Amino acid sequence: MIAGLYIDGNSALHRAAAGLKVLALVLLGTGVFLIPDWPVLAVLLVTVFILYPASGFGPRILWAQIRPILWLLALFFAVQLWLNDWQAGLVVIFRLAAIVSFAGLVTLTTRTSDMLAALERAMKPLARFGVNPEKVSLAFSMVLRFIPVIAQIGHEIRDAQRARGLDKSVLALVVPLIIRTLKTADDVADAIDARSFDPD
Amino acid sequence: MITLENVTVEFDQRRVLDDISLSLSEKRIGIVGANGSGKSTFVRLLNGLQVASSGTVRVDDFDAAKDGRKLRRHVGFVFQNPDNQIVYPVVEEDIAFGLKALKLPKDEIDRRIDEVLARYGLSEFRNHPSHLLSGGQKQLLAISGVLVMAPRYVIFDEPTTLLDLRNRNRVERAIAELDQTVITVSHDLDLIAGYDRVLVFENGRIACDDVPAIAIPRYREMMA
Repeated sequence: MIAGLYIDGNSALHRAAAGLKVLALVLLGTGVFLIPDWPVLAVLLVTVFILYPASGFGPRILWAQIRPILWLLALFFAVQLWLNDWQAGLVVIFRLAAIVSFAGLVTLTTRTSDMLAALERAMKPLARFGVNPEKVSLAFSMVLRFIPVIAQIGHEIRDAQRARGLDKSVLALVVPLIIRTLKTADDVADAIDARSFDPD
Repeated sequence: MITLENVTVEFDQRRVLDDISLSLSEKRIGIVGANGSGKSTFVRLLNGLQVASSGTVRVDDFDAAKDGRKLRRHVGFVFQNPDNQIVYPVVEEDIAFGLKALKLPKDEIDRRIDEVLARYGLSEFRNHPSHLLSGGQKQLLAISGVLVMAPRYVIFDEPTTLLDLRNRNRVERAIAELDQTVITVSHDLDLIAGYDRVLVFENGRIACDDVPAIAIPRYREMMA
């Protein structure tokens, strides 16, 4: 689940500024596409892996970052093997694995609030064009916050429809999900007003 | 002191509150009524979430129609479903949400968060994902997010409806310990039995306004 990946710690990465970590992620994310050699990418990937224990995270946490994309890595490798050769396959999967594992590391060592504060600072120059950084930051935080809430609503609706024998009907899931999501959005807007959110 | 003078609220030509005039100065005020009787609309007026179609609503020195933002800091509001009130993914971030709007220094924000988390036994959950809390803990977090703003009044809109008995009792104790003036909308009549005053709503009007010993039996009769 996206929300709440941060794990408390006192490593150098934990202490590093959120903006710096996001910048490093952006640089790594673009930099890997400039590297055409799989051995260099392998060294980079191993370096990212080494940062996990250096930040206080064991192999289980590292595995949890990689496991969801294993099928994608296998697919990309197979496609490259078919279209080119195994070296090209390694280049593609090492790039993707390095980006995903470093993104995971950034999330694990950075509080959402610090990440959002960095985002707000980065967006300050856009204020002159009418962009409100606080509103954008709140929108991001709410996306993270409400993914599990909407998922929970989806589970409840699916259970209710199963109980009525409608488990194969997409419409029976989607329609109440949209209605409840819109109702939730109304209630959340009220709650934000009630909690004195004042971005102006 | 809360004062309403000839307050009417209409939605799509339907009169939800009909010419309400009253003053509230008691420390604990309960609001009951059937669904759709106007009780939630009534409390939303007190926090400026709802604006009256006609009439005036005053809370201390604030006019609800003109001072909406200031009023919302003066009158906290705890909703029925804490999942809709918690807007940040981590506990401490959510409590800090309102405080940031006050432009308080970081030290003061941290101090207030520590204090409120300790008060409700949530200190160990400071860096915990808010969606993983239990129902009762979520409601206590929602209450924390409101109390940390140090409001003068706190409104609870059916705060125990979604809770099991243990969590309902925790929330009841949390409300009982508050120094603030509390206004509670509830179908849980035991929750408001010890209050100073109870308003019974029916069809947008106040059908009974008395101490719980009189108002609650009257409400039971009306619902029979």
